[in-house]
Amino acid sequence: MATITSSEPVKGQAIKAKRFHLLPASISYLQATPLTLILGGFLLLPVLMITVVSFWDYDFAQMYPDFVTFNYTETLGSWVTWKTYLNTLKYAFMVWVITLFVGFWVAYFLAFHIRTSAMQMVLFLVCTVPFLTSNIIRMISWIPVLGRNGLVNSTLISSRLISEPIEWLLYSDFAVVLAMVHLYTLFMVTPIFNTLMRVDKSLVEAARDAGASSWQILTNVILPLAKPGMAIGTIFVVTLVMADFSTVQVMSGGQSASVALMMKNQMSLLQYPAAAANAVVLLVLVLLMVAGILRIVDIRKEL
Amino acid sequence: MTETKKTSKGISRRALLKTASAAAGLAAGSGAITGFPTIWAQSKITIRQFGTGVSNLNAIAEKCKADLGITLEMTATDSDAAAQRAVTQPNSYDIADIEYWILKKVYPAGVIQPMDVKKLKYYDKVVPLFKNGKLKPDSVIAQGTAPHTVGFVEKASDKKFAKEETQWFTMMPTIYNADTLGIRPDLVGREISTWADIMDPKFKGKTSILNIPSIGIMDAAMIMEAMGNMKYADKGNMTKAEIDKTIDFLIKAKQAGQFRAFWKSFDESVNLMSSGEVVIQSMWSPAVAAVRSQGIACKYQPLKEGYRSWGGGLGLASHLKGAQLDAAYEYINWYTSGWVGAYLNRQGYYSAAMDTAKEHMSADEWGYWIEGKPAQGDIVAPDGKVMEKAGAVRDGGSFEERMGHVACWNSVMDEDRYMVRRWNEFIAA
Repeated sequence: MATITSSEPVKGQAIKAKRFHLLPASISYLQATPLTLILGGFLLLPVLMITVVSFWDYDFAQMYPDFVTFNYTETLGSWVTWKTYLNTLKYAFMVWVITLFVGFWVAYFLAFHIRTSAMQMVLFLVCTVPFLTSNIIRMISWIPVLGRNGLVNSTLISSRLISEPIEWLLYSDFAVVLAMVHLYTLFMVTPIFNTLMRVDKSLVEAARDAGASSWQILTNVILPLAKPGMAIGTIFVVTLVMADFSTVQVMSGGQSASVALMMKNQMSLLQYPAAAANAVVLLVLVLLMVAGILRIVDIRKEL
Repeated sequence: MTETKKTSKGISRRALLKTASAAAGLAAGSGAITGFPTIWAQSKITIRQFGTGVSNLNAIAEKCKADLGITLEMTATDSDAAAQRAVTQPNSYDIADIEYWILKKVYPAGVIQPMDVKKLKYYDKVVPLFKNGKLKPDSVIAQGTAPHTVGFVEKASDKKFAKEETQWFTMMPTIYNADTLGIRPDLVGREISTWADIMDPKFKGKTSILNIPSIGIMDAAMIMEAMGNMKYADKGNMTKAEIDKTIDFLIKAKQAGQFRAFWKSFDESVNLMSSGEVVIQSMWSPAVAAVRSQGIACKYQPLKEGYRSWGGGLGLASHLKGAQLDAAYEYINWYTSGWVGAYLNRQGYYSAAMDTAKEHMSADEWGYWIEGKPAQGDIVAPDGKVMEKAGAVRDGGSFEERMGHVACWNSVMDEDRYMVRRWNEFIAA
């Protein structure tokens, strides 16, 4: 903006002003520069480097610049990779279904059943309270609850509902999904709540006046309008689960693998190129998933 | 006046430190300072040490500061990360506190410089296990990466390990131990005598092994051999076929639900045991002590096939020279002079220079920890907590009894990469 003002033609300074004159197009470029620099430096460049490294050769200690494809053929040609991806996708799907269900109803309750907006905000903040503690702590605190001699089992046994402790509560897929749902539901609640808050209440009234039942209002009015929020929440949850390694390791007791855990194992053994190849494959997969979501739902409606 | 002003302006903080440390180095090098300990505080020497958590203890840093005036900055990592850091960030540390199998991996990268044994005050006191692999002259050398096989090089510049004792010592051994299975005597309900017991169907879903490939595979090999499934030429250096057979066996056991979990860090193993999730598992001796200190019965069960042993030491970073190198030598000499050794012995590890450590331990402590005698009074941990009541005997007995029955050392294999890939399959299966 300053450039434009200073280039206001003043006769005596015509020549000088000309030097500062910028084409409208270049102004746009100038405005886009900061974001370009940030995204370029912190996103594009690292991704490029990872891609480059994924073609390098390596031994236990060092990487050697090269152009080899065995990192990809080894990754994609091993049944472990496929099984791990399937396992990760399974977690992503289960967590997505549950968080979507829970997240929608929590948001729905907050948006339509709480009358005052002050109360809405208070209750919404209550939802975020657990997030004041660290992820790891919230995850690990499940262990004494779910263990063989944990809270749940000892309660059930002392109330004589079961005679033997339930083994699958901890160090199982159940434990992993439970912890992830606990960790990630808020990422679903927030965008859906945000969308639902913008739903014009007169639409609901109009539907009711036209004789729609509560169920019809929900399926024909609210759900379609909530789609953008659901899509954003889905992107959050899916990408978080796909990239998770600590929850899977801790809650499965090291018995299950996830893609990120596989990468972490490779990195801790200095197999960076192999991990980089894995990262590229994961990146492509997640981008495809996000693209798929964006094709189904137009999230710009929300923005 | 003006001149003085100019000079004082010209000397930067860096230059001042440089001069000071050079002066100190000169003083030390010229033999001007002969007394022990040298007070390095005057030159503000800091030694950056990194390594596996076992010996990176704050108490050692405090004592080092008090005795030598050297500030010790310690970073604890797990063994994989230690290997990685040793190679990829050679300038980020002065002393590498690593295990011998890690040394075998990282030494050829040229990041560790060998030590001149003449500068090591207590080299003669180092137990022969680290010089020729034999605890006593008639001992059998164990399989795996035995410390003496990577302990020496012919010349200071050599990257290949020497076959026998030379003047150039790659690492000063400091800490080692013999590992076995930990059990909950109150929950196993029978005698445990062999590595094969971990595969007993009776303990289905109540066992665990550690998920550090290079160590886990050794435990697996001990189990395989104990079960009579196969005989390895060298457990520490398996062939591809041996690796395949071992991993296939593990996968089968995992899918049958034999394991409850796989642990990666010390605290995980403690929690698995104390919560009763697991009744028999691979374990480290301080973890056993940690479970016991919670008032829960836990035994470090000696097994008839012998122990899986590990050892670590202090290595000098390649970039050290001059005053810093002298300070590092002084630090290592201090480390092996007894106080630290006694400290480590009291934690259930073993010190490499046993004679010096003995001077810092009471007769009762020495009897309990090293000679395998019943404790006369309460055995107190270095932090002051009572570890064992009078009358207790150490699991596995004396130093010679335990270190004399080492079946194999932690190691790194020629087929390391293949083994790790197969191990990942086992975890994913």
